[in-house]
Amino acid sequence: MSTVMKSTNPTTSDPLMIDGVAYQSRLLVGTGKYRDMEETRLAVEASGAEIVTVAIRRTNIGQNKDEPSLLDVLPPDRYTYLPNTAGCYSAEDAVRTCRLARELLDGHSLVKLEVLGDEKTLFPDIVQTLAAAETLVKDSFRVMVYTNDDPIIARRLEDMGCVAVMPLAAPIGSGLGIRNPYNIVTIVENAGVPILVDAGVGCASDAAIAMELGCDGVLMNTAIAGAREPVLMASAMKKAIEAGRESYLAGRIPRKRFASASSPLDGMFF
Amino acid sequence: MELVINGKPEQLPDGLNAARLIEHLGLQNERLAMEVNREIVPRSRFDSHYFSPGDEIEIVRAIGGGS
Repeated sequence: MSTVMKSTNPTTSDPLMIDGVAYQSRLLVGTGKYRDMEETRLAVEASGAEIVTVAIRRTNIGQNKDEPSLLDVLPPDRYTYLPNTAGCYSAEDAVRTCRLARELLDGHSLVKLEVLGDEKTLFPDIVQTLAAAETLVKDSFRVMVYTNDDPIIARRLEDMGCVAVMPLAAPIGSGLGIRNPYNIVTIVENAGVPILVDAGVGCASDAAIAMELGCDGVLMNTAIAGAREPVLMASAMKKAIEAGRESYLAGRIPRKRFASASSPLDGMFF
Repeated sequence: MELVINGKPEQLPDGLNAARLIEHLGLQNERLAMEVNREIVPRSRFDSHYFSPGDEIEIVRAIGGGS
C-alpha cells in the first residue's frame, strides 16, 4: 500500500517477526467499538496496522443483510486477521472459538487467546489460559496469548509453544497506561518470542513507553476507537510506536541527579 | 423437524442438509463457519451433512472486536 513512504522509514529493516512472518508495523489494532464500518476502515488505515483482531460471534439471521461486513472493509488478503477469544471465560469456550475461527478463515491458524477471569477487571484467568494454550498448541494453532504481567507465567506460556506473549499494561479498556514497567521489562528480558503489550494503553505516550521498555509491539483497541477523534488517534499511535521503537533501539541516556552542560567548556571568553 | 439455530428453535423441512439450510437462511454469500452439536462441519461437507431433529446448530462470522 504505502511502500514508497516505508522505504524512507528507518524501521523498515527492523520488522516484527511473528511465527516466521515479517510485519512492518508493530502496532496491532482491534476492530471493535467504532461508530461504523467506515470509521473502522479509516482508523485501521491511519494506524498502519497489518494485523487486526476480530471477534467470532453468531451470524444475525434475517437481519441487516445489506450492511457491509468487516471482511469487505478490511480485506483478508490485505490484513492478517487475528481472531480472538474475547468474551470467553473457560478454556473450552476459547478452544471452540478458535476452531470455528480457523474454519471461518480457511485454515488460518494464528489466533489470539484470551480467557477472562471476571467482568469487573477482565483480568486473564491464568489456569484456564494455560489449559487452553496447551490444547491449541497441540491442535497446531499458532497462539498469541493475552496474560497478566507475571514474568513466570509469561515464560511458561512461551515454553508451552505460544508464538507471542501479550501481557496487559493495565485492565482492558482502562486507559491507565503501563502500571508495572519493571515486570514488563523482566518479561521482555526473559523472552525468546515477541512480547506485545495488550490492553491498558490510553494515549500515544503510553504506547511509546511500551516500546521504549523493549516490547516488540502493542495491541490496542479502545485507546483508538474510544478517542474523540479515532482516526487522528490512530495516526498518533502509529507515530508513537515508531518513535518508541527507535528510541529503544537508539538507547536512552542514563538518568543522573545533576546537570551536565551540552555546550563545550573549552574556548570560553568570559 | 425442529432444529436449534443460534440458540433459537426453528421448524424446518425433514431431510435438510447444511448447504440447503444456508440457502434457506439467505446466507450463501456470507463467510461463515458452522458447528453442529459442538462439532465443526467444514464447508466442504455442507452438501453431504444432513441434520437430525433436535440438532443444535451454531453459525458464526467474524465481526469487529478487540479484547
